[in-house]
Amino acid sequence: MEVIFILIAISLVLAGSFLFLFFRAVKGGQFDDNHTPAIRILFENKTVTKDKKVPSTKSK
Amino acid sequence: MTKINKVDTSKARANCFHCGETCTEEIIHLEDKDFCCTGCKLVYEVLNENDLCNYYDLADSPGTNQKNSKSKDNRFDYLDDADIIRKLIDFQNQEETHITFTIPLIHCASCIWLLENLHKLHSGIISGRVDFIKKKVQVKFNQDQINLKEVVKLLSKIGYEPTLNLSDIDKKSDQVTDRKLIYKLALAGFCFGNMMLFSLPEYFAEAELLGEEFKKTFNYLNVMLALPVFFYAATDYYKSAWLSIKNKAINMDVPIALGIITLFFYSLYDIFLLGNEGYMDTLGGLLFFLLIGKFYQQKTFDTLSFDRDYKSYFPVAVTKLVREEEIVIPLIKLHVGDIIKVRNEELIPSDSILLEGEAYIDYSFVTGEEVPVAKKRGELIYAGGRQKGNALVLAVQKSPSQGYLTDLWNNDVFEKDRTDSLESLANKISGKFTFTVLLIAFSALAFWAYQGQVSLGVLTFTSVLIITCPCALAMSTPFTLGNTLRVFGQGKFYLKNSNTIEKMAKIDTVIFDKTGTLTSTQNASVEYVGEKLSLETKAIIKGMVSQSTHALSNRINAWLDGIQAVKIDAIREVAGQGLTCFYKNQEIKLGSASFVGAEESVRSFGGNVVFYAVEDVVFGYFFIQSGLRNGIREVVSKIQEENKVHFLSGDQDHERANLKDVFGDGVNMNFNQGPSDKLAYINKLNSKGANTLMIGDGLNDAGALRESQVGIAVTDKVTNFSPASDAIMDASVMEKLPAFMAFTKSSRNIIKASFGLSFTYNAVGVFFAVQGLVSPVFCAILMPISSISVVLFTTFTTNYLAYKRGLKDKIW
Repeated sequence: MEVIFILIAISLVLAGSFLFLFFRAVKGGQFDDNHTPAIRILFENKTVTKDKKVPSTKSK
Repeated sequence: MTKINKVDTSKARANCFHCGETCTEEIIHLEDKDFCCTGCKLVYEVLNENDLCNYYDLADSPGTNQKNSKSKDNRFDYLDDADIIRKLIDFQNQEETHITFTIPLIHCASCIWLLENLHKLHSGIISGRVDFIKKKVQVKFNQDQINLKEVVKLLSKIGYEPTLNLSDIDKKSDQVTDRKLIYKLALAGFCFGNMMLFSLPEYFAEAELLGEEFKKTFNYLNVMLALPVFFYAATDYYKSAWLSIKNKAINMDVPIALGIITLFFYSLYDIFLLGNEGYMDTLGGLLFFLLIGKFYQQKTFDTLSFDRDYKSYFPVAVTKLVREEEIVIPLIKLHVGDIIKVRNEELIPSDSILLEGEAYIDYSFVTGEEVPVAKKRGELIYAGGRQKGNALVLAVQKSPSQGYLTDLWNNDVFEKDRTDSLESLANKISGKFTFTVLLIAFSALAFWAYQGQVSLGVLTFTSVLIITCPCALAMSTPFTLGNTLRVFGQGKFYLKNSNTIEKMAKIDTVIFDKTGTLTSTQNASVEYVGEKLSLETKAIIKGMVSQSTHALSNRINAWLDGIQAVKIDAIREVAGQGLTCFYKNQEIKLGSASFVGAEESVRSFGGNVVFYAVEDVVFGYFFIQSGLRNGIREVVSKIQEENKVHFLSGDQDHERANLKDVFGDGVNMNFNQGPSDKLAYINKLNSKGANTLMIGDGLNDAGALRESQVGIAVTDKVTNFSPASDAIMDASVMEKLPAFMAFTKSSRNIIKASFGLSFTYNAVGVFFAVQGLVSPVFCAILMPISSISVVLFTTFTTNYLAYKRGLKDKIW
């Protein structure tokens, strides 16, 4: 049963490091804006830009 | 007259590719797209050239109309001033500069996309990062390749002009968002969770099998985990309790701090000296629940600012004339005697005398009155108005912070932080609570000591202090108020903080500002007096007014709803005077008396008069009054049932009779009230012991809003400018005001009821505690049950009542 002591130590260190990571994330401003990233993730990184429904030829 | 040249309706229906508005006046074709104005076309061209047309795919017509965009080149010249740049930017090093702009126009996904792709428009820009909720964008740029002025110009070129105000200049060390509460909450949660795990074996008989070793280790681990809770997470409570004791008062935090300290030290004693298990898990849970309550109460409305003063409205810079030469200087460097130039749509920065030009000042942000006021040469123009028309030359009479309007902020009211004179319900009760608890604890101690069992006496004494820890008591207030805050927020009534709710519940005097609060420009009544207007004439007038942005034109335009406008070329707008055009070789004029040559005194008060004349023959006039808001009469009469109602108005009292007809005799009406008069008026009411609620909208109400116990700013668009206040209300929910006020009283009752609930728990706890029967298991069960049931009770009742009163569409 003594193995429990090791397990407790591991669990505390693990949970403690999560807490530390959470603190760092809050400090880094990751939770300051909860809305924009949700929109941002939907943008496509277009490499070709001229594939739209409306072909924009540059003649006037 | 024969047929009217109608605008081709099929074309008129065309929507602008950029902004999506119907192209009414002209349609500019480019490729196969339609644009309503050159501004919109220009934005499209810029984006097209840089392959940024993705902008138009993300949302339908994402742009904003560019019709009214101002095209002045030296508008941003003040951004060359090194002093100003230094104050505006967030960060600068050798390579790059970071700056955060506020851009109110951010409204859709396309906006985010475009602003985050700024680097494609100019190689000097490194990146843009949008915060959609706060409507801010942080731009990083290389200052060697592009300067701040060019960045701002670029933004305004693509239709996203940042707002730069005087308050941006003297921002105080920037708001370091208070994250301490989050840290404390996270820490308490972490410790509480782990302590529960280590304490769990205690609650089961099988734990005995584990042996002493485990039990001890677990207890020591609990002590270790309790240290950060006791020394960090709970610090706010000690501070607050100490402060209130120093002020010889007892607030809610005194019994809490007392409970925390007793729990901690008794547990230490229990664990180390008696070898028992202590109450550390209870301590962790207590702090965790308390901090959740605190966190829940701290609902903030990020987009809204409750602390604006005139500085967030005034410009950063002004154009000064020095020997006929225009230089742009920062407003802070403006002195009395300077000659300044104010162009169309610019703000009058200080009280000044008009030297040149036709002043036509729109004071809508100051007074709420939308129709501009004409001023003659030599007249004093008060700061805060916006010039509509040609450029003016003015001589500064007072420095910007000393003007008629801005002087208000020099009043003491704005100096001192408002101390809440009203004692909150929780604080009032906690004094008696603490006293009762101590009384019971000492009686128990005395009783057992008398019986000769001193150690049992000490145990009961601490047990009472531990078990009556006012957790449930402390949580009922934040959760009730937090829920009320949310309910109000959903109803477009945004409160600055939860204290406002308790203050609102005690209101007995309600003061309304008239213009813009009781009245609404949207409800303007237009009356036409004169020769009957034929359909054709109406069409012509509609054609004229639809091309003007003047407030009166808009109202006539709205009045002529449904009439098909005639297309008229060459309409001339004389600022401050009226409109003139030639139609079928006849000169048609719409405008003021002097403009059309009519007699002045037709009906010169209580509204605005617009004359209609053809070839200098006056045919009739429009009489335009800003009407009362819909349902305002019911609102006032409902409020009158329980409160005294006062009106304050900056206008002459010619409308007294008019208002009396509508609102009856019970209303105390005051006219000719300047900004400081309004403040003084509230002050007088306050000193008579009234609990005042002020409802206003303009900058001129700022003093009164501040002085009153609760100040509510009414605004048509909540993100627009509104003066500093305790609450911001969307004008559309004005009619719900009595319901909101009644609900604050219900909130108070809910708090009282939940106090009753937690007293019941405490009574049960004390019953066992005085007999010395409290064990850690008992604590660990009773404490969360009482807290959670109080939270559930307050949350449910608040939402249910809000639903029943029609403040919410559904219960959840």
